[in-house]
Amino acid sequence: MRPGQRLSVTVNGTERELAGVEPATNALDWLRGLGLTGAKEGCAEGECGACAVLVARSDGASGTEWTALNACLLPAAALDGQEVVTAEGLGTAAQLHPVQHELAVRGGSQCGYCTPGFVCSMAAEYYRDGRAAEAGPGVSSSDAPRACGPNGFDLEALSGNLCRCTGYRPIRDAAWALGQPSGDDPLATRRTSAPPQATATRLEGRTGTYARPADLAEALGLLAEHPDAVLVAGSTDRGVEVNLRGARSPFVIGIDRLPELRQLTATTNGVEIGAVLTLTEVERALAGQVPLLDQVFPQFASRLIRNGATIGGNLGTGSPIGDLPPALLALEAVVLLVGAEGEREVALADYFTGYRQSVRRADELVRAVRIPLPLACTTAFHKIAKRRFDDISSVAVAFALDVVDGMVQRARIGLGGVAATPVRALATEAALEGRTWSAETVQRASEVMESEGTPLDDHRASAAYRRAMLGTALQRLHAENVPDGEGTTHE
Amino acid sequence: MSDLSLRPADPVVGQAIPHESAGLHVTGAALYTDDLTVRTHGILHAHPVQAPHTHAKVTRLHTAPALDVPGVVRVLTADDVPGVNDGGVKGDEPLFPSEVMFFGQAVCWVLGETLEAARLGSLAVEVDYEPLPAIITVREAIERDSFQGGAPRLERGDVDDALAGASHVFSGELDLAGQEHFYLETQCAVAHVDEAGQVFVQSSTQHPSETQEIVAHVLGLSSHAVTVQCLRMGGGFGGKEMQPHGYAAVAALGATLTGRPVRLRLNRSQDLTLTGKRHGFHAQWRAGFDGDGRLLALDATLTSDGGWSLDLSEPVLARALCHVDNAYWIPNVRVNGRIALTHKTSQTAFRGFGGPQGMLVIEDVIGRCAPRLGIDPAVLRRRNFYASGQETPYGQPVRHAERAVACWEQVLTTGDVAARTAQIATHNASHPHTRRALAITPVKFGISFNFSAFNQAGALVHVYKDGSVLVNHGGTEMGQGLHTKMLQVAATSLGVPLESVRLAPTRTDKVPNTSATAASSGADLNGAAVKNACEQVVERLRVVASARLGVPPDELRFGGGFVRGSGEGQTLAWSDLVAEAYVQRVQLWAAGFYRTEGLHWDSAAMAGSPFKYFSYGAAAAEVEVDGFTGTYRLLRVDIVHDVGDSLSPLIDIGQVEGGFVQGAGWLTLEDLRWDESSGPTRGRLATASASTYKLPSLSEMPEVFNVALLERAHEDGVVYGSKAVGEPPLMLAISVREALRQAASAFGPPGTVVDLASPATPEAVFWAVRQARGGAQPPHTVAVLEGGVGVVPEQPDADAQSLQPRSEQVAQDEQVAQVAQSSGRGG
Repeated sequence: MRPGQRLSVTVNGTERELAGVEPATNALDWLRGLGLTGAKEGCAEGECGACAVLVARSDGASGTEWTALNACLLPAAALDGQEVVTAEGLGTAAQLHPVQHELAVRGGSQCGYCTPGFVCSMAAEYYRDGRAAEAGPGVSSSDAPRACGPNGFDLEALSGNLCRCTGYRPIRDAAWALGQPSGDDPLATRRTSAPPQATATRLEGRTGTYARPADLAEALGLLAEHPDAVLVAGSTDRGVEVNLRGARSPFVIGIDRLPELRQLTATTNGVEIGAVLTLTEVERALAGQVPLLDQVFPQFASRLIRNGATIGGNLGTGSPIGDLPPALLALEAVVLLVGAEGEREVALADYFTGYRQSVRRADELVRAVRIPLPLACTTAFHKIAKRRFDDISSVAVAFALDVVDGMVQRARIGLGGVAATPVRALATEAALEGRTWSAETVQRASEVMESEGTPLDDHRASAAYRRAMLGTALQRLHAENVPDGEGTTHE
Repeated sequence: MSDLSLRPADPVVGQAIPHESAGLHVTGAALYTDDLTVRTHGILHAHPVQAPHTHAKVTRLHTAPALDVPGVVRVLTADDVPGVNDGGVKGDEPLFPSEVMFFGQAVCWVLGETLEAARLGSLAVEVDYEPLPAIITVREAIERDSFQGGAPRLERGDVDDALAGASHVFSGELDLAGQEHFYLETQCAVAHVDEAGQVFVQSSTQHPSETQEIVAHVLGLSSHAVTVQCLRMGGGFGGKEMQPHGYAAVAALGATLTGRPVRLRLNRSQDLTLTGKRHGFHAQWRAGFDGDGRLLALDATLTSDGGWSLDLSEPVLARALCHVDNAYWIPNVRVNGRIALTHKTSQTAFRGFGGPQGMLVIEDVIGRCAPRLGIDPAVLRRRNFYASGQETPYGQPVRHAERAVACWEQVLTTGDVAARTAQIATHNASHPHTRRALAITPVKFGISFNFSAFNQAGALVHVYKDGSVLVNHGGTEMGQGLHTKMLQVAATSLGVPLESVRLAPTRTDKVPNTSATAASSGADLNGAAVKNACEQVVERLRVVASARLGVPPDELRFGGGFVRGSGEGQTLAWSDLVAEAYVQRVQLWAAGFYRTEGLHWDSAAMAGSPFKYFSYGAAAAEVEVDGFTGTYRLLRVDIVHDVGDSLSPLIDIGQVEGGFVQGAGWLTLEDLRWDESSGPTRGRLATASASTYKLPSLSEMPEVFNVALLERAHEDGVVYGSKAVGEPPLMLAISVREALRQAASAFGPPGTVVDLASPATPEAVFWAVRQARGGAQPPHTVAVLEGGVGVVPEQPDADAQSLQPRSEQVAQDEQVAQVAQSSGRGG
């Protein structure tokens, strides 16, 4: 806390006071209220990216990374002490930023409404450290969803931005035409120094309080004082509730910067992932150590969301269609809950108790998730959705199998979207374990798997299709993981 | 060549330049209507009270509790309306309804000092409802005989005879879905009252003149007391042709009652639940082919899902009927149309305006019949193309039919279709779990408003003393690049550099009585009007320059900022000429006007030549379908499209690409779902958010996307030889759906027939794959039958009302009155 100090944010290089802000005021409305109307509201739920802005965040080492975030989801108060750059701050019509120039001259804007958001998402990728080293052909495939262009630009950076006019081709071409930042580019220079400190904050509004404690002890103290407080980290779920469903709370605790919740440690028996590391940070820090999660990340919402969303948040909301829980179930992850009375461990399989309900008590928060080691040798994540980028799954299936000498020694399967909570496919696991990894076993187990859970009919998919997807998932896994000599053509 | 289409040397039109606002777009400096909110002092915010019923009487409306909420200033109800309580032009859209006609309809609006206050106020308003039974689906409406508006019939030849004599007769049904516009900028209006009661409304509208009319009639004012301005729109796609009027009227009403500016901006959920969408259709059809696969007859009945009010459903239906032929010669045709009245949002204009639905029917017929005829679908399509000299079923000669062939042939060549077809066969033979397919489909789309009176436009061109030029015209900018084209037209017509010309926002007090920027006609109509205004100024300047240079006026050439004669030293800078003309008291501005000649249309008979010309195109789409899931990828798309001599190639290619991807969205992943259950939320839109209604993202873009504009495609009689481009490319996306159908079929033995639901979501494709593998009939599809009784399209009652849009009736009544008066017989 900074008693007596005004809350403020550095926006496009100028310090701006966080005046007239309530806990429910989002960063987009606050910025627009300043007259910075470049960022737009297109959906108010982090799906369209028209509100994207750049925020200075840690690059995981000592420097700063320009991180694109959906301003519509972010509480304005959470920006206290931080640095923000909007499309207006990148360049002017007379002096365009390279990203702006490429988009403008290639026809990357038609109506222009989504454009400032695209500009910010593109700028974040433009400044991404190590981009140049990832030069690729730019063509994606089912095996390699990452489509890095010849300049290393990963199109996934734009997966959270929707354009209704262009059909995207000129936007892609603009992205792939970008060079490297020049030596005197101030935003490139900014990367080399430390990010803004995570300041403790307390905002007393007319309708409630937003508090960001300095450490875990303070957070637990606040939680004990205010049992009805809402815990917010990336606010990618809470922001939707606030914007679309009028959720308001007299007390909001921002836990996104608690140092105790931002560690990632690997020991011989497990990897412990801090609850409020963003998925982007987790992906970077894990660096491929957990291959199953590497399959999940590109399919988890969008880059804009992953830059805010946290592993703890994905478990904290208890949603049955979150994409991480099925994978974490297959990995037999353990949830580390911390409260005033200390810490306890709960197997993820025992964590969910009902629709958006869990064993977490009101005075507890998720500190970390532990993934036990060693990992299974065959893992896969199948997400069924209408759209490849940024869609909610109708069914998600995560596999972790140990197949040794053609025998399934151990099978762990996590399912999402087929019940009120994420569940393990226990009957299917039993139908696989101790049997040969053969087409016959897969056929029999698929029939079992088709009757796992209680899928619903809704706007995303029919129950029949969800069942059918359960039925074909193992067959697809088998087709993709057939031992040599069994004859099926590999995709 | 006509004067209108002739290009001078070195024209500014035809240059590939970026959107005129591109620099403002990318820097966030471009202003949209809601961006004015923070720039307007003392502005109030409007929030609706949305009914939690699909069909209900409002039995009590108690607004007082809202006024107790801090910050609430006023609640607007029907009692406040000084004029007509209707948000449309047909008298069937009460702005403040006493009977709720769709789930979430706004029954009143709350004004607050902040949006939060208005929102909390809306929750405090007490409303009692008496629920009534509701009709949700088109099929329910058909069963219950729930229709609205006219029931047009388009007929040529003797369908029954032709079907009786056909070698093959197939019949079937198709349910095709609607589409949400999902313009990124939701509906928005900001209204305030100037001095002396003048109402000024800034609105995100494609049709400022009609917004003005509606605001005036709601307020009980004359049109001259209301001015509407549209800065620009964050997308329109037809969704801002009729829909903005009521919101502008509510904002204006609030402004007149409070004396303060009022902002009404729908958030995404409100926009999705309140505003109209593309019409879904149900179609029944019978089609007859000869032994070679030539279409002999089509008998079809198209029922559109109009929603709760008529809106633009009648002209949309008319265009659907006029496009059921697409590019194909069908000698005997009988197509009946009717509009279902359902308790849903009132469906409205959407890019293509019924054309896509009409075309989808015939392409579905061909795609489903081809394997039954044993003919490759591409061959079957090409075999049935129009030849020059043939007429459409409504009697318009098909001019330039050879351009459809040219586009088709060019796509086959540049798309390397023959070689790729072989590669696809190889892929399919060697990959057990995926199938690829390539489909090619044509487009022929009529350009002009069906209703002839709308085909007029105005412009106002000012040349200032310093030689700079300011252009106003009646069209609106929604991203389609109209203003860019108009700048190019003005610069070309005046012979000045592009930089000399500026475009001002569209306002009803600059150019009156404008038509909607719609029907792809924006550049054709307004471009001709801008050109006309420029030419008036140029004609006057010729006289001045002639005297100065000693060159006869008609030998002077205007270009590049100079006026030149043919001789040495006979050059005068534009700015000097303009300065001199001012001193000579020559009028330096002009109002331009244009009306499209040669159009005629009888909507009761569904006959005439409603279109100035046809736009042509062809697309080849290749897809890969995953047999485990039904998911697919769009591997490659090749398009050749006819835009005449392009006014602005970068803009036109953008329109083709964007239209195609939007069309692909409609036919694949965009999936509007209403609650059709009998539960308490029956009739609610289940996909009322961006997280549940998915549009194409970057991942749906074709991985290889080649778009070419047809060359040597001059269109005589249209501004600088160009053609319209906004809508036609959308329908090229039917190639994607047909490719998915063929890829799903390829999971079965050769000749396999599948029935693909629309939209072809991964789930729909999966069921088609299952069907190809011997599984059941896919949900939401009806099998095609050959011979026998089959599906018999329902025929209307003998006394069914023909299509007579009110706007046409008014125009015709006026004509009759005029004729009567001029002949001295009138009263």
